[in-house]
Amino acid sequence: MKRRDFIKKSTLSSFTAIIGIELVYGAKMLDGYTPLALQDPDPFKLFNKHKDMVVLNDKPWNIEAQAHLLDDKITPNSCMFIRNNGLVPENVDPNIWTLTIDGESVKNKKTYTLSDLKSKFEQHTYQLTLECGGNGRAEFDPPAKGNQWTIGAVHCASWTGVRLRDVLEDAGIKSNAVYIGYHAIDKHLSLDPKKEPISRGCPMDKALQDETLLAFKMNGEDIPLIHGYPLRLVAGGWPASVSGKWVDRISIRNQVHDGTKMTGTAYRVPCEPVAPGEKVKDEDMCIIESMPVKSLITYPKTGAMIQKGKALTIRGHAWAGELEVDKMEYSIDFGSTWSTCSIEKPANRLAWQHFSATVDFPKSGYYEVWARATDTNGIAQPMLLPGWNPKGYLNNACHRIAVKVK
Amino acid sequence: MNKKEAFGAQVRKVYRLLMLLFALFVITGGGLMYYMVNPNVFDFLLKPETVVLTPVEIDEDRIENGIHVRTGLVDAEGLMIVVNNCTNCHSSKLVTQNRMNTERWNATIKWMQETQNLWDLGRNQEVIVNYLVTNYPPIAKGRRMVLKDIDWYELED
Repeated sequence: MKRRDFIKKSTLSSFTAIIGIELVYGAKMLDGYTPLALQDPDPFKLFNKHKDMVVLNDKPWNIEAQAHLLDDKITPNSCMFIRNNGLVPENVDPNIWTLTIDGESVKNKKTYTLSDLKSKFEQHTYQLTLECGGNGRAEFDPPAKGNQWTIGAVHCASWTGVRLRDVLEDAGIKSNAVYIGYHAIDKHLSLDPKKEPISRGCPMDKALQDETLLAFKMNGEDIPLIHGYPLRLVAGGWPASVSGKWVDRISIRNQVHDGTKMTGTAYRVPCEPVAPGEKVKDEDMCIIESMPVKSLITYPKTGAMIQKGKALTIRGHAWAGELEVDKMEYSIDFGSTWSTCSIEKPANRLAWQHFSATVDFPKSGYYEVWARATDTNGIAQPMLLPGWNPKGYLNNACHRIAVKVK
Repeated sequence: MNKKEAFGAQVRKVYRLLMLLFALFVITGGGLMYYMVNPNVFDFLLKPETVVLTPVEIDEDRIENGIHVRTGLVDAEGLMIVVNNCTNCHSSKLVTQNRMNTERWNATIKWMQETQNLWDLGRNQEVIVNYLVTNYPPIAKGRRMVLKDIDWYELED
């Protein structure tokens, strides 16, 4: 055996011994990269997630909730979906962390430490609904490319931080500013240091809203690493990809931000409706802004069997992007008739709203309880899939649960 | 005993020690070299039951019930080409979740080459795409699917 081969094989076989599999192309593995499997093979322990969370992808990590896991008014970390485009950063040191505000339209490029941000600016706490733009993708036909989210890529946690507006204004915003773009420290899957896994943003008016935060706390504690520790941009009501994790730089742009996943077909839908499966040119795709009206029945879990004559209490949450939910209804006859649910006002703008109703069933048998929210513009959720789009975004079709009355 | 004799005795002692060490070195080195050339030389010492213990090394590409255990991919023509080209950067779960036709898989590969540093697949591309469309074909879902895989339970008050 050649010595060189022996050394290579023995190094790799020590990995193999731990992981139990051989790393294909292990010999080409970059120095300093710990294989994901070695970090911790159990994502539920690694990220403190509920055992019923569903792993869609383990490289990169993408994990979604099920409807019944989202019953809390404020979503706990254990039931928050995980969406990653790249590799989760390691060895984050909050003491040396800085945030830089730069870009063509910044008056003075400035860098802040975390303690600068915490001491210099007023802190605010908001409950903010973050939904993945691709939540519901699994239902599109023909299928759309990407992680096949069903219904669980949404949460509403309580976020504490400083207003992005206060920080941007401290650095100074030129009059030609049109967009902000975030940059973060997560690594691209290819480990190419020149590539950013994701660098998205939003127009200035969204960036300057009261509720758009540079958050350092989630549900009263340090943000968990997987959700963006130590600093996350949080822009409720918009595709959650606007809410960049591990943010260390925000650029004030004099043009629409052109970072990774801002261009091409990413987080874009056809500007004009298309037939299912139709090809759409990049220039005919428009950036998604506010998310559409939607709701989830979080209690009971689908599959409930109840006794005849017993009323069933249902509850859940409804949200409408930048808007509020005005009306909440349910149907047990596939939309032939609708009954009203009571719905609470949101805790603050961009927080999801809680609804409940007591449902009576006329006779025994199989039922589906369908829920439908209507926003303040009078736009309701469709019962069927909304317009097909190449990347499978914005599926806000009604959620339903199965119930049997015996 | 004068100093010269004492010195001579010490030199002899050191000499004997060095000779001993050299002899040991030659024997050990020779033995090791013999073992490298004939690694099975000690096999007669092994007890029969150790034979049972030899296959501890798990085959990383083992197939169980028609599934490639490590990746969860279906065992079919082109499997290892798919494993070797499609599960380095991302999980096989991203492959099996996605169901596309030939044209869209080719477009996806092109996108990965343009933006994600995927290498040129050469003649393997056809094998890979054939594997995917054969084993993971699109499923017609229509405008809304029937609820399925319902886990029925008694709801207590």
